[in-house]
This record gives sequence, structure tokens and C-alpha cells, in this order.
Amino acid sequence: MSSRNHTPRRNPLSVLHVYVLRHLQVFFYSLGQLSRQPFATLMTVAVIGIALALPTGLHVILKNAQQLSGGWDGVAQISLFLKRSTTDKQARHLADQIRSLSDITTVSYISRDEALAEFRRLSGFGNALEALKDNPLPAVLVVRPAWQDNDPTAADRLLGRLQQFPAVDIAQLDMQWVKRLFVIMDIVRRGVLVLAALLALAVLLVVGNTIRLAIQNRRDEIVVMKLIGGTDAFIRRPFLYTGFWYGLLGGAIAWLLVNLSLSVLGGPIEQLAGLYQHRFAVTGLDLSATLLLLLFSILLGLTGSWLAVGRHLRDIEPS
Amino acid sequence: MIRFTHTSKRYPSGFDALQDVNFHMPPGQMAFLTGHSGAGKSTLLKLIALLERCSRGQVFVNGQNLAKVSRRRIPYFRRNIGIIFQDHQLLFDRTVFDNVALPLIIAGESQRAIGKRVRAALDKVGLLGKEKSYPITLSGGEQQRVGIARAVVNKPLLLLADEPTGNLDPELSREIMQLFEAFSQVGVTVLIATHDLSLIKTLPYRILTLKDAALVADTDPST
Repeated sequence: MSSRNHTPRRNPLSVLHVYVLRHLQVFFYSLGQLSRQPFATLMTVAVIGIALALPTGLHVILKNAQQLSGGWDGVAQISLFLKRSTTDKQARHLADQIRSLSDITTVSYISRDEALAEFRRLSGFGNALEALKDNPLPAVLVVRPAWQDNDPTAADRLLGRLQQFPAVDIAQLDMQWVKRLFVIMDIVRRGVLVLAALLALAVLLVVGNTIRLAIQNRRDEIVVMKLIGGTDAFIRRPFLYTGFWYGLLGGAIAWLLVNLSLSVLGGPIEQLAGLYQHRFAVTGLDLSATLLLLLFSILLGLTGSWLAVGRHLRDIEPS
Repeated sequence: MIRFTHTSKRYPSGFDALQDVNFHMPPGQMAFLTGHSGAGKSTLLKLIALLERCSRGQVFVNGQNLAKVSRRRIPYFRRNIGIIFQDHQLLFDRTVFDNVALPLIIAGESQRAIGKRVRAALDKVGLLGKEKSYPITLSGGEQQRVGIARAVVNKPLLLLADEPTGNLDPELSREIMQLFEAFSQVGVTVLIATHDLSLIKTLPYRILTLKDAALVADTDPST
């Protein structure tokens, strides 16, 4: 009975039209099904949203940290703390001496008074300083080497040479902590990736399990569909669209949670930055990141439902 | 239209549901399939609708060897058979109209054609006024007629019915049978499994009798 000569042949355009129409119907039908059980839907979507918000939020924090540390990228500087007995004149002379060395870009001199003023301004311990009779701070020469930060032996050699000057108390390579920060950030970034992968898997399982329950709830309907000639693709379609909606709504909730958290944290962070004399605005999720988040969550929803449908639809056969 | 040649069905449990069954139904014929419960009536219908596959012999429907229908092609094969169940198999969360429209939606018919054909099918079974009702609000006889409307809305060449009057009183049963006769008269092949002997004996149609998995009698009053 493969020939269906009792139905007139339809032209391909109207077949396509009907096909698109059917998809649209299922698209909204599945949304309607979800809205009929708002509480259950909200629960599932919230779980997905929270799971996705976590790595997304961490990503935003990382991005902000990068922006914060970006100004220091590639800057290596050596601080020479001078002995307290060094006079202003001696210090300036030493600066000239160092400036004449090879491998040096700039040398700037921060006198003890300037150091005190800066400390007073930045540290917030200005009042504590009033209690001291003497200025406890040493004068500092800030030396910027010409070499790039990727040669530790050159840095050590230069550090050793600068240490030789009798007026120098401590020579300190300020690059070190920036480097450490970068390494730490790299570790955190990888941690976020691992966390994101695990949570993505969790979302996949949540969607898969929810769809599996939906399939079981609608077992009778699936049996009827199969009895009257519904193809697997036809039966699968509403479940896939349900997965799509879970993904989209979960992604939207994640977006909302991240932005809400940022707006809660943004004020204090800017205040904190202000205390460090740093103009710093927290950047949230931009358009491309938002689209990526939604796309990714939709993909997870679809994949989760696909896996569940593929596994469980075949088990249901009319008997 | 339907041909069984040395067809046997043994279930994985080892139970022989059908053994060496042979018969042929020409197109347009109406026939009853009867026998005690467990004799193999349902299995025979399932083999025709490809709900089961035979373990030996062959089943042909409309000249097509069912052994050659792949799993993927089964849905398309079933679209050309109308199946009616004792328990109706209706979807209770959808209106009568949506239930009857389902085969057409599955087949990808246009919205206009669906409206027209669903109403035509409901008209045939006398339920035109009930298209917006939900099946749960209908009586057993009406539900069965919705099931029949759904089975014929696709204009199938073959109608299979498994105990369609099982839960109905004699009066309603006769009405349902008259519906089947009407379809038979317009060329549809109809095969009805039933154990309602008192009803079918009064009707002038072929009767296939199964007993313990074997076809033991084949009477046709018209020949």
C-alpha cells in the first residue's frame, strides 16, 4: 500500500508551507504545554538557570579582573628602596647613574616626602602617620628595564647589579606578583572551564530527565501516534521543542541572575575601586556574551531532550 | 487485499499465537474474525498492522510483503490502514475534532483539507455536532464512533477493528456494524475481530474462526 493514488499530489510549495506551519504549531504548542504547568516548568528552568549562572558569573568576574590587571600587562618594574641615610642629592645622582646603564628605559625618583604623601593619600592610614614623629618611609627609585618580561635570568642579573649600589637597601622586582596574578588567573580560568563543563553536563541531565518524565506522562499519546502512522520525527518534535524552551528560558534566567548579582555587587565594587584611587566600572554581559549564553543553553536543552527522546521513544511501542 | 500464507506467530515466551494460517481477503470484502479469547484474533490483526511480525510464513497487504517493510517505513504503511480499538485509544486532552484530525496532521495535510475531511468523517458517524466536545463527555458508543471517524478520516483502503463492540449494548453494537457495512459498500476492505457471535450470525458476511491458534473454519454465506 505504498502507493497513495487516492490522494491528489500536492505541489512542493504547499507541502513546504504545511511543513513550516506544523513546526510553528508545535513550537507554540510545546510552549503552551509548559505554561500549563507553570510551577513545574519554573522549577526546571530555575535549576538550569542557576547552573548556567554560576560559570557565567565567574566568567564575568574573570573578565573584570583581566580588565583590572590589563594595565599592568607586560610592565616590569624594579623598585629600589634606598637606605634612609641617603640624601636627596645622592638619590638623584644615583638615578642618573642608573639611567646611564644599558637595558634601562626610565628611572623615576620618589623622595621620602613624596612617598609619605602618596601613602597618606592611598593607604587610608594617614591619621596613623600623624602619630609618628619621623617619616618611616624610604625614598624609592622606580626603574623600568628595557627587556621584556619573558627573560627571568636577565631580570635577575639586572637585579643583582642594582643591588650592588651602596645606597640601595632592597631591590625588588615588582613583576613577580603580576606574574603570579596571571598564573592564578589562568588557574581560575581553567577552574571556571571545568566547572562550566560539569554544570553543562548537569543541565543536560536535568533536561534529559525532565523530558524522560514528559515522555512517560504522555505514553498513551505516543502509542496512539504510533498506531495511526506518526513517524518518529513527528513524535519527537514536541519534545525537542520543549527542550528548546527549557534551554532558552534557563539561559534567560541565568542572564537575569548574573545581571542581578552584578547590580548588587557593582556599587560596592566601584566604591572599593574608588578607595584604591581606581576608576573602575564593572562590565556585565555584553550582547555577544548574552547571545552566546542563550545559544549555548538552547543547545544544551536540545541535546538533553534529544538524548532522552532517542533513548526512551523507541521503548514505547503499541502492543 | 490481505493474504496469509502458512503464517505462524510464536512470541518470545514460546507461546504459539498463530499456527500455519492461510486465507485471502479480496479488496472490498467485509469479514469477521472470531474465536475464543486467546485464540489469536488480536495477534492476527497485529500482524496485518505490523504491530507484530510473523515468525514463519508470509503476510501480504495490498500485494506488499510485510516482511519487506522496514521499521522506518512502518508509519507510512500504517497511514493506509484504519485501526479501531475496543478501548478507543482516544486522546482525552483534545477535542473530538483534534482527535479525528490527528491522522491528517501526521500526514501533513493542509489546514483547509483537514477541516473539510474531519467534518465529513464526523458526519458519517453522526457526531457532527460534537466536534468541540472532549471525549470524556461522550458515551461509550459515541467514543467508539469518534475512534471510527479517526480511522476512516484518511480514507484508508483497509479497516481493522478489534472488538469494536466489546463494551456496547446490542442496540449500539448493531449501529456500529451498520457503519462498517457502509464503509464496505464504498469499497473499503473491512476485517472485524469479535466474539459477539449472536450479532454476526445475523449478518451476511464471511466469518473466519480461530481456535487454539489455528484457522478452523471459514464460512462465507455469499458464495
